[in-house]
Amino acid sequence: MAAMGALLKFGALLLAAVAACVAWEDGDVWDYDGHKLKDSDFLALWPLPQKVQSSAVSFQLSASRFQFTHAEGSSAGSDCSILQNAFRRYFDYIFGFTKKDRDQRRRNAAGSEVLELQVAITSPDAECDGFPSLTSDESYELSVDQPSAVLKAPKVWGALRGLETFSQLVYEDAYGARNINKTGVSDFPRFAHRGVLLDSSRHYLPLKVILANLEAMAMNKYNVFHWHISDDQSFPYVSRMFPDLSQKGSYHPYTHVYTPADVKMVIEFARMRGIRVIAEFDTPGHTQSWGFGQKDLLTPCYTGSSPSGTYGPVNPILNTTYDFMAGFFKEISTVFPDAYVHLGGDEVDFSCWKSNPDIQKFMDQQGFGKDYSKLESFYIQRLLDIVSSTDKGYMVWQEVFDNGVKLKSDALIHVWIWYQGGGYKAELARVTAAGYTALVSAPWYLNIMSYGQDWQTYYKEDIQDFNGTDAQKKLVIGGEACLWGEYVDASNLTPRLWPRASAVAERLWSDQGVRDISDAYVRLVQHRCRMVERGIPAEPLFTGYCRHEYSGV
Amino acid sequence: MSSRCNLRFLIPGLALLLGGVPSVLAVWPQPQQIRNSAERYSLSARAFLFKHADVSAVRSGCDVLDQAFTRYFTLIFPESGGGGTGGAHNRYFWTEADPFTVEVNVAEGPCDGYPAEGSIENYKLTVSPGQAVLTSVTVWGALRGLESLSQLVEQDDYGAYYINKTEIEDFPRFQFRGLLLDTSRHYLPLQAILKTLDAMAYSKLNVFHWHIVDDPSFPYQSRKYPDLSKKGAYHPFTHIYTQTDVRRVIEHARLRGIRVLAEFDSPGHTQSWGNGQPSLLTPCYRGDVPSGTYGPVNPILDSTYVFMANLLKEVTSVFPDSYIHLGGDEVDFSCWKSNPDIKAFMKKMGFGSDFTKLESFYMQNIVNISTMLNRSSVVWQDVFDYHEIIPKDTVLEIWKGLPEEYQKELSRITKAGHRVLLSAPWYINHISYGQDWRNSYTVQPQNFSGTEEQKKLVIGGEVCMWGEYVDATNLSPRLWPRACAAAERLWSDEVQTSSVDQAFPRLTDFRCRLLRRGIQAEPLYVGHCKNEYQGI
Repeated sequence: MAAMGALLKFGALLLAAVAACVAWEDGDVWDYDGHKLKDSDFLALWPLPQKVQSSAVSFQLSASRFQFTHAEGSSAGSDCSILQNAFRRYFDYIFGFTKKDRDQRRRNAAGSEVLELQVAITSPDAECDGFPSLTSDESYELSVDQPSAVLKAPKVWGALRGLETFSQLVYEDAYGARNINKTGVSDFPRFAHRGVLLDSSRHYLPLKVILANLEAMAMNKYNVFHWHISDDQSFPYVSRMFPDLSQKGSYHPYTHVYTPADVKMVIEFARMRGIRVIAEFDTPGHTQSWGFGQKDLLTPCYTGSSPSGTYGPVNPILNTTYDFMAGFFKEISTVFPDAYVHLGGDEVDFSCWKSNPDIQKFMDQQGFGKDYSKLESFYIQRLLDIVSSTDKGYMVWQEVFDNGVKLKSDALIHVWIWYQGGGYKAELARVTAAGYTALVSAPWYLNIMSYGQDWQTYYKEDIQDFNGTDAQKKLVIGGEACLWGEYVDASNLTPRLWPRASAVAERLWSDQGVRDISDAYVRLVQHRCRMVERGIPAEPLFTGYCRHEYSGV
Repeated sequence: MSSRCNLRFLIPGLALLLGGVPSVLAVWPQPQQIRNSAERYSLSARAFLFKHADVSAVRSGCDVLDQAFTRYFTLIFPESGGGGTGGAHNRYFWTEADPFTVEVNVAEGPCDGYPAEGSIENYKLTVSPGQAVLTSVTVWGALRGLESLSQLVEQDDYGAYYINKTEIEDFPRFQFRGLLLDTSRHYLPLQAILKTLDAMAYSKLNVFHWHIVDDPSFPYQSRKYPDLSKKGAYHPFTHIYTQTDVRRVIEHARLRGIRVLAEFDSPGHTQSWGNGQPSLLTPCYRGDVPSGTYGPVNPILDSTYVFMANLLKEVTSVFPDSYIHLGGDEVDFSCWKSNPDIKAFMKKMGFGSDFTKLESFYMQNIVNISTMLNRSSVVWQDVFDYHEIIPKDTVLEIWKGLPEEYQKELSRITKAGHRVLLSAPWYINHISYGQDWRNSYTVQPQNFSGTEEQKKLVIGGEVCMWGEYVDATNLSPRLWPRACAAAERLWSDEVQTSSVDQAFPRLTDFRCRLLRRGIQAEPLYVGHCKNEYQGI
């Protein structure tokens, strides 16, 4: 039987509005009598903004009167599709179940209603038609008052984050009416790169699943979708230049592929939410599926002196390999607008290279001796040169750094190994000491799940807590929650990812000092109910209920 | 369990024979005897018919079978939309299609009853040119046979349906093959329960153990004590099961040959009861004064037993099954210990300071109530562990420990002559990374030291999905296909199904079949299904 902890009923807490006037500065909340309040007495903002000031003064929001408007002097207007779409999206989230007012008679006297949220983009270029990037400004300031609330942000990207916060400030009173308290928020992310990795090779993920998770990412202020699109098991990306790759390398050439239109849709859907799409085409290992549609790309393995019929990593000794890669990555650089492409470079198995006499000969010629990591470096080096010529920056898994490959100074080293080399923090110290920029996933392999509340472990990680100078720590620009696909497909992806990835989201957005696990628990319980209400089947943290349970069974 | 078990030794040779045709082997759980050949017959939705055999004791108008025919038609021809109207290509070619008839011959009625303890689920299925003949003793056996039949149907590369020449003779190894859902820690919408029942039928599980109430909430809406859910549910209107809901679950289950075993766990696990039933729970004390908190059901008051008798009387009138689950697990004695009235009672009864005696006293009273209501009681093993002298026909459910521990418990309980259910190895709410279904699969429920007679007292087992971390958002993918491993262990012959590696491709296939049927079953490992899950 199941052991039970305290009886927890979150309903009572759910969006219980502020009882006392509170002011919040840098992690602490105090009421006017000087009592320290927990954030849970507050609203369930997730991730917690850098600064919030709130008061007990509440205003109503009417579905028939409330409007999002472009403030006078804003550099974005009604031709800014990112904002126009966001207005509709957040209107739906805010007024959700009822599009008309529940009870008109309850409307307070004039002056206690928020009639509009004015959105002001303050810098000359709002970037309405641009793509989010590593250097995008996501800061915003929000001031909720009557009759107008004001959201100021230098760029649309900050406005999107502010709209999410605004929607999280709205709560339902006992009559079902929407309320919001007088509030001031000043917010910006702690890290610039806050990603989620999905793996569409081990299992194909229908487009709908990817889009739904982009939606959930926006609710958690994530800003990078790392699309691990191909791997050994299947190659679902439909290449214009090399259509055989998916024709022969996907699970099914029509039902289990991403067409150019699909990819475009993902990128645009993400852009609308301020999310970058970074494609990963992992080589030279993890490429079994590439071999079906691209003859001679993979290394033939040998048993004794004859080919065994199996294949290993990409064949690094043939010119045709590099011609192919040049053509392929040229296409990728035009299809994916982000300034970065992820080149993989992890877990190369040398046994096949070792078995192949041509490779051995090449090793001798090059003077690599028996050191196959030199051969790997040789390959990666040429690949990096190819990619650099497309004007893209690149990300690589940490092995590329570990093997001493010469990297461009703006290369991003993706640290994922937690189980050796002194742990990931030692690796961070090494990578940043060498002057490279690092990205962390090691503690956030969410596919490896366990019984109970493993989100707490993810939440407690501090990726800047390693041996190094302040300058080194600044080189850690963020992290990614990874949901590898061995055991995950459309049937279980969303509940396995959320709200566990929400824990990582707050760690990457909020101030370093936001660490109180019991406060986080109370807010996250409410945040997960909010996701459920918005149609995301986010699983429960523990015993309890949501006012509106998931209805998608 | 019966002497039919000796048949199992005939099977291994057969199974080997079939190694070369993996796709047609995908009947899950593995039938006791199956023989099929490469000879295949094409099936057309426009020329496919279920009919009652002339000699069958059951005719049209038997809702269990009528509805099963409709259901299985759609499961066999998912593209047909159910009403027998085939797709365009079928319509065009239908005159050329060879007709195929499934003749169902049931030896005994009735079909308006409920599946019950001892219901005979045996069936025989013969697929030959133009027809399949399904014979069974009861309609419940016919349902199992229809399920197997539906799993024999495959689609070729052109999308055409076919079935191989097959002979199956099948029966369950254990009569009680259960699945527990917990609707107290999280409320499960009716739809989630009904979907689970569907998937149970696909895996030939036959008991839905409804752990309907517990500490966190009381969603069962009682006729006699409406305050229990009004004050004890998470929400008195949206998070409850009305009488209509309960009837719907029972009927949905009945039509699939599934029993509904309700559990009203007491005296522990009852915090939510106290909200709607004052003075039911024991007031805890701090020193000489009540602390304001409450412990288990108060076992020393007559009013407690009046209440429990009334409640259980209602429960037995609502739930037709001959079993009722009375819980009895994990009673925390600290509150009882703190209460002066309880201490006085202990003294009066001569229990000394042994609170297990008080627990036994309570459980004995509750079991007696259930006996008077003509029900067999099922209780968790704790009740036996506290007090070995309990009514003989009480069924004990083992939920604790690693194999060596539960095997000892199996020996002890069966030695005392009690029937026993095994759940300990099948707490599949406990998740871990990777293919943990393999652990469920390799369980050997009768592997403990004891006589043949003792082993026969193992009447089956249950897969448990406790609700701490599970609600409608993640229930289905967590249950399926992980619960299928236990389903096969409980139905199939243990010798024939001893290899996990041989089970893997079959279960992978079966998981895709579940997806195709709309069950949100998660993947076992890398790969794909022709029809992926279409939700999010």
